[in-house]
Amino acid sequence: MTTTLEQPMPTSITNEPTWLAERRAAGIEQFNALAMPTARDEMWRFASVGRLSIEGFNPVEAPSADKLAELVERSGLVSERAGRSVYVDDAQASFEGISAELAAKGVIYLPINEAVAQHPELMEKYFLQESTELGSEKFFGLHASIVCAGSVLFVPKGVEVEQPFVNYYWTSGERAAVFPHTLVIAEDNAKASVVDIFFSDTEDNEALNVSVSNIHAGAGANVFRKIVQDWNEKTVSFQLDTTVADRDAQVKNVAVNIGAQRARFENQTRIEGPGADVKMYSLTVAEDTQEFDQRTFQTHNAGNAVSDLLYKNALLDNSRTIFSGLIRVAEGAQQTDAFQTNRNLLLDPTAEANALPGLEILANDVKCSHGATTGNVDEDELFYMMSRGIAKRDAMKLMVFGFFEEVIEKVESDELAENLRELIRNKFESKIK
Amino acid sequence: MSDTDIQDKAINVDTEKGNFKYPENYEFDAGVGLTEETVKYISKVKDEDPWILDFRLKALEIFKKKPMPTNWADKDLENIHFDEIRYYLSKGQQPARTWDEVPDDVKETFERLGIPEQERKFLAGVEAQFDSEASYSRMKEDLEKEGVIFVGSTEGLMKYPEIFRPYFGKVIPTSDNKFSALNSATFSGGSFIYVPKGVKLKQPLQAYFRINAENFGQFERTLIIADEGAEITYMEGCTAPKFETTTLHSAVVELVALKGAKIQYITVQNWSSNVFNLVTKRGMADEGAEVKWIDCNIGSRLTMKYPGVVLKGKGARGEVLSIALANDGQHQDTGAKMIHLADNTTSNIISKSISIGKGRSTYRGQVHMPKHLKNCKNNTECDALLINTNSRTDTYPAITTRGENNTVQHEASVSKVSAEQIFYMMQRGLSEGEAMSLAVNGFVNELMKAFPMEYSVELKRLIDMEMEGSVG
Repeated sequence: MTTTLEQPMPTSITNEPTWLAERRAAGIEQFNALAMPTARDEMWRFASVGRLSIEGFNPVEAPSADKLAELVERSGLVSERAGRSVYVDDAQASFEGISAELAAKGVIYLPINEAVAQHPELMEKYFLQESTELGSEKFFGLHASIVCAGSVLFVPKGVEVEQPFVNYYWTSGERAAVFPHTLVIAEDNAKASVVDIFFSDTEDNEALNVSVSNIHAGAGANVFRKIVQDWNEKTVSFQLDTTVADRDAQVKNVAVNIGAQRARFENQTRIEGPGADVKMYSLTVAEDTQEFDQRTFQTHNAGNAVSDLLYKNALLDNSRTIFSGLIRVAEGAQQTDAFQTNRNLLLDPTAEANALPGLEILANDVKCSHGATTGNVDEDELFYMMSRGIAKRDAMKLMVFGFFEEVIEKVESDELAENLRELIRNKFESKIK
Repeated sequence: MSDTDIQDKAINVDTEKGNFKYPENYEFDAGVGLTEETVKYISKVKDEDPWILDFRLKALEIFKKKPMPTNWADKDLENIHFDEIRYYLSKGQQPARTWDEVPDDVKETFERLGIPEQERKFLAGVEAQFDSEASYSRMKEDLEKEGVIFVGSTEGLMKYPEIFRPYFGKVIPTSDNKFSALNSATFSGGSFIYVPKGVKLKQPLQAYFRINAENFGQFERTLIIADEGAEITYMEGCTAPKFETTTLHSAVVELVALKGAKIQYITVQNWSSNVFNLVTKRGMADEGAEVKWIDCNIGSRLTMKYPGVVLKGKGARGEVLSIALANDGQHQDTGAKMIHLADNTTSNIISKSISIGKGRSTYRGQVHMPKHLKNCKNNTECDALLINTNSRTDTYPAITTRGENNTVQHEASVSKVSAEQIFYMMQRGLSEGEAMSLAVNGFVNELMKAFPMEYSVELKRLIDMEMEGSVG
């Protein structure tokens, strides 16, 4: 079946259950009903919506077996893992399932279509149930109607899996549109971690990505999600992520964003139980004419919970970043601690950083703060290092990498951290003056 | 009684204070609603030059075309019925020159507002707007000798067009927003001030505004020009009696600080809780000039006010210090805008808000460094204090930065009065209400110091009044 984005048709897989067909139909309806965003929409303030075109991108045929094998070979950022999936243009290239030991404990790690076939009740409860509310509802609809690639991780009550599950999502074909999906369900007191990695085959295969990731953390669950986004600079990307945290759940999101021509992030956190603790860390390195458009929303529906957000952006050349964050403390959610910090480092005078840090507080016994700073490399610190014999360029590098390190070290894996440093170095080391 | 019981208790502010009203006795009345005829009528009564009428009519067209503020506007704005508002009233009186000529009922109003007669001696000139026209306007002779002009809006445009016309509607264009267009079409009253080169006014100029006719919008227009090296402080205070139906206040205030000039504009606002206060205020600062807004918003049903400074010349400085207090049923949507358009410009915003009961206070700000500027700095601090469990506060800043060696920092925090503080004070014999008042006054104390002495006294009194009954 062929589908184009101008007139998308819901994916229809034989034997797909009715509930899923209905969700796909609702998605396509949502996509058709909503208008393309305009600069007048508050949710899209400062964004260059003109550069957002999805025209001419289409789901493509699966690449050749050679290409799949090559990209599986290149999917080696994390060697110690509990499972790995590799998708290229939404076609499954490789799927390393879980060990018999984990399977015996009831852990599920499957491609989406298999999960739908084998565990329909679980999927009906969680799959495509959390939409974004931050402006890209239209694109969520598109994702819901088409999605067929992605991985589901389910960890049952009390089971702890130490090693991460690693999902690679590649683009390769000409003007390919991809719709990857990561679903993580950690039941009460379960422990799970995933790494989502977004890569492009070459420097110049144009692509459109509309990915969705949903985390459901049950009471006392511990979920750690790491995201590496290094598309080539010919990619338009949407990442629509949500986290729902129940009582005493601990969730940590760490994202490192390097690629894409225009990348939109919508990251929602909903705290539904007291004692929950959610952390959101992000590092973005922007160059040339890249635009990173980050929208975050921390909702505290229950009291006595903590959420902490740190978004750091380093900007070069004519790049732009937009950070728009909102903390909302619902009425009655007392003893909430919610924090939000945005730091922008301008490395070139033509780069532009926009910050929209927002608070909506409807309860009085809370600790909430947000801070946004934008500036250049500290001249005094630079002088200090230079006066101790460090060349200016080296001193700059030290300081910029120091700026990154605060987020990179949060991935808590030496191997991945070193791989991330390498990716960042490749991208812009030569650019530091 | 538990803590929450105390906090949930209804808030009983004495709404009778400042609640007074005199028989309406207007010689000119433009009727209800806004049409071309209304605008022509206003212009005719004021005996204006044709260009002013043209300006008004153009503004009316823009007003009709402009949508209500989109995106972040408060839904409450929909409750303004433009066709039920009276747009012009006047006693047909010329501005009075001496105190003796001021009508007795106006004097009584001042009495009720608690403005001491001695205070006048401190003030360089008093201009009190009773409804649309300046009812009293006086200037000290020495100011006149220095060439300072302090007149009403119409008088300013008619008598001194060469001074005021070049800047009139330039800092805030008619089409800036729907309410600036409304004001441009219907303005009357307000102050036009010109301070000549190098003249530094040691004492502040002052005006009191009041609204006194039911359903009557007040659209005063103020333009202050400080010529090179001049300095001026202007103060306005507002109180309005309470009415049955809603009242609209929509002023436009433009400040022009030429090279090296300094303008300080101080507002203490205490509208009654049925007033929509939708004001556009903006200053332009030339090279080395300084524009400072000191703003205190108490009362009103909805206030939307974001004083701004356009930092147009090198080394210009802009500052907004603001205090907002939102009681039950009130929404204080205030903030600041700083537009940096030259190198070495600096700006500072300090905003403190207090929400009582179901009151809602919102900070909305914009800091803009759009071009290839160097060495610009902005500092923004927003602190919100929430008194009751169901009080609400929001913060929505928007910051754009590019260029070399620019630094921008924004910080906001939300807190409540600590139980320890209250306990400590109550142990020493203060009632809970007094302790709360003291804590709130402490929260804004730092900013209070920025106000002239007599204003900070008045402010403290106002805060005490608002805090009455907010705790058990």
